[in-house]
Amino acid sequence: MSAYSEYRVGEPIADTRSPGGPMNDRWSQRKFEAQLVNPANRRHHTVIVVGTGLAGASAAATLGEQGYRVESFCYQDSPRRAHSIAAQGGINAAKNYRNDGDSVQRLFHDTVKGGDFRARESNVHRLAEISLQIIDQCVAQGVPFAREYGGLLNTRSFGGTQVSRTFYAAGQTGQQLLLGAYQALERQIAAGQVTMHPRTEMLDLIVTPQDGRARGIVTRDLVTGKVERHLADAVVLCTGGYGNVFYLTTNAKGCNATAIWRAHRHGALLANPCYTQIHPTCIPVSGDHQSKLTLMSESLRNDGRVWVPKATGDERHPGQIPEDERDYYLERVYPAFGNLVPRDIASRAAKNVCDEGRGVGPGGRGVYLDFADAIERLGRKAIEARYGNLFEMYERITGEDPYTRPMRIYPAIHYTMGGLWVDYDLQSTIPGLFVAGEANFSDHGANRLGASALMQGLADGYFVVPVSVNNYLGETRIAPADPADPALAAAADAAEAGVRERVERLLAVDGDRTADSFHRELGQLMWELCGMERTEESLTEALRRIPALREEFWRRLKVPGGPEQLNQSLEKAGRVADFLELAELLVLDALHREESCGGHFRAESQTPEGEALRDDERFSYVAAWEFAGVGEPPVLHREELAFVEEKPTTRSYA
Amino acid sequence: MSDLMELTLRVWRQPGPDADGEMRTYTVADVSPDMSFLEVLDVLNEELAARGEEPVAFDHDCREGICGACSLVINGEPHGPQKRTTACQLHMRHFADGDVIDVEPWRAAAFPVVRDLVVDRGALDRIVGAGGYITAPTGSAPEAHATPVAKDAADEAFTAAACIGCGACVAACPNASAMLFTAAKIKHLNVLPQGRPEAGTRVLDMVAAMDAEDFGGCTNVGACATACPKGIPVDVITEMNRDWLKAAARSRKSGR
Repeated sequence: MSAYSEYRVGEPIADTRSPGGPMNDRWSQRKFEAQLVNPANRRHHTVIVVGTGLAGASAAATLGEQGYRVESFCYQDSPRRAHSIAAQGGINAAKNYRNDGDSVQRLFHDTVKGGDFRARESNVHRLAEISLQIIDQCVAQGVPFAREYGGLLNTRSFGGTQVSRTFYAAGQTGQQLLLGAYQALERQIAAGQVTMHPRTEMLDLIVTPQDGRARGIVTRDLVTGKVERHLADAVVLCTGGYGNVFYLTTNAKGCNATAIWRAHRHGALLANPCYTQIHPTCIPVSGDHQSKLTLMSESLRNDGRVWVPKATGDERHPGQIPEDERDYYLERVYPAFGNLVPRDIASRAAKNVCDEGRGVGPGGRGVYLDFADAIERLGRKAIEARYGNLFEMYERITGEDPYTRPMRIYPAIHYTMGGLWVDYDLQSTIPGLFVAGEANFSDHGANRLGASALMQGLADGYFVVPVSVNNYLGETRIAPADPADPALAAAADAAEAGVRERVERLLAVDGDRTADSFHRELGQLMWELCGMERTEESLTEALRRIPALREEFWRRLKVPGGPEQLNQSLEKAGRVADFLELAELLVLDALHREESCGGHFRAESQTPEGEALRDDERFSYVAAWEFAGVGEPPVLHREELAFVEEKPTTRSYA
Repeated sequence: MSDLMELTLRVWRQPGPDADGEMRTYTVADVSPDMSFLEVLDVLNEELAARGEEPVAFDHDCREGICGACSLVINGEPHGPQKRTTACQLHMRHFADGDVIDVEPWRAAAFPVVRDLVVDRGALDRIVGAGGYITAPTGSAPEAHATPVAKDAADEAFTAAACIGCGACVAACPNASAMLFTAAKIKHLNVLPQGRPEAGTRVLDMVAAMDAEDFGGCTNVGACATACPKGIPVDVITEMNRDWLKAAARSRKSGR
């Protein structure tokens, strides 16, 4: 046991912002009770929004429309490139256009259940309610959703639901929704309401010591290297998840946890970091050079059959392996659901057969997803119509033709449900610091359903953050940030000096290993010891190795180039340094949660069928962690979860 | 892997916007055909860093062909030799052992080089800001089914909206014109009933914004559409010109 795992238990924490009363009325009630700011006074207030994905772009645009002065930041060269752009499948909304029994109540139910009863009911209910307005808003903006011949919107089904409520734009729904938000943002930029800072990375939060409020951020201009302060009256973080702590993921290369980790170090609690989602159908690693993984839509499992050779080390071409020497293991072990078992089951099963030495492709980390039967049954044309673009993408990456040779797939980290703890207003434990989208922990519990990430990002950004920021500024009557205010200037000076000092420190190590090589090693360690299946033993081992790797990082890191230039090695180094701290907390959270739920699978806690076994008696709470110093045991604050509407049951899709 | 390749890369190195640049030659060994083009640059950069040299700066992010960040001219072609493929999705099986490959940034006056292969494409964002949106402030939207959209219009809008804003069209054009980019955004919005009310001002304002940047004019070469990794059809330019003429005539009449 490491000293780090000797965490303390602090005071319980509770959401005090959600009104009580009937679930159906809570959001209306909250909006009614929220304080307002006179339109004429809004222009005196500055709001910082970090990140320009669905949550960030929609929040910045909407706050700009309301008359606030908004400062928007992204590390990319354009706000349109944030990683929401890569979301494929769709966005859920309880429109019930199909008349198939959908409703706000049902979307709420599906989301709470899909999250394995580890989400806060009032937040989820609000999400389901707002889903209706999101579709209206996006259509008005010109998002080209798929339509029927009659001109009305088309929908499709997704995992974990029995209704057809997923709106989509081919396999590029994220792109189209983000362009809608980006265009609204560009309109506000042109109008002078929003000042855009592209290629600018947030490296610290400014918190004033006397009242503990978030009053700005410190950034580094990625082109010139200039370190600068930006003061504001509220700060909104929309900086995405921390999946890249695993290195090889479906996230973009630049996705990082620095903004939320810096906020955490200032006292914002970080909740449920061990809830990480693994997607079963990604294109496998092809060699040591691999830099990221590409998702293949879950929909492929409707027609593809998953198998591996029965014998270990069988290196024959798949076409030469006769039927009776193949193991269609999902169909064999889960006859009722077959190839359509939930994401976590499919992922673990693939890992198990590969661990047995029956994996296929380079490195033996892959299983076949075979369309031969479907092509024979339905014809190549039908398969082409359903999955043509995906097959094309697969061929482009692997050089193999999936019409004649089965696809090779393997699970990969895709999304993180944990994040900064927020109340119903999406306010963190630092007053004036709001957190939206994947960066917060709020709506998906221990597992996110497909097509719900886009819904949450836009719900938070278009509809929740504006109400919360209004309320915060109205309620506190906070004076506009004054750069000459001595206390604020001192806090900003200190934060700025800290950032400069850290940049210098990264450059000064001058060792012999690149940030990338450390990132790769950290990712491999996390994937092996804290990935699809976690045990007390593996997690304890991880807690032993992470501090050692961190120590080595600060001893052997090599960052070429200087601080005052475009220096991508320096950018990476700072992000990896933060991942090396966050990883330890993620593992500790996984170790402390001695139950399996959603994306967190502890091998010690499973049913005889291998399903996740929750322990509601002991763990029906949100684990919100308080930072106590690097490598120092953190403090656990528990938020007990009350289930009023939904009764926790064993999650079953049988 | 048995078929590893050794490649010679001639890469544009330029320390800053105002500095002189030059092509510099590097050898990368043990290149697997399964690597993406950007992964070859990763390998080169790790080697450079190990030698204490500064890595080659290049833009990239999603590496799935959708964010539009990557922007390499490979052997004279934006995004390289494979059609409808961004550089991040271009794999080394399209190259052979011993190949000499030139890697350059987008070349256009409107896209000044920031460093090495990184350019500033802010001009594209400014064109969008001039009118590439539908004015629909949050909360003002009617029920989504209030206005049906004919399927063919929705599909056409989607085809045009598939643009990833990478700027390959500009890099491919001998005049460095941004007509395909601008026209695609106009087409996406003007073909939808929701975009109709602002159709005229949109085309006038966006074309004016495009002209205000350092882009060249269009001479109907069509290299833009050939280079486009998302297959945006060249017809959108014709349609934009038609929309522009109509709008210009109307605005002259109304004295706008």
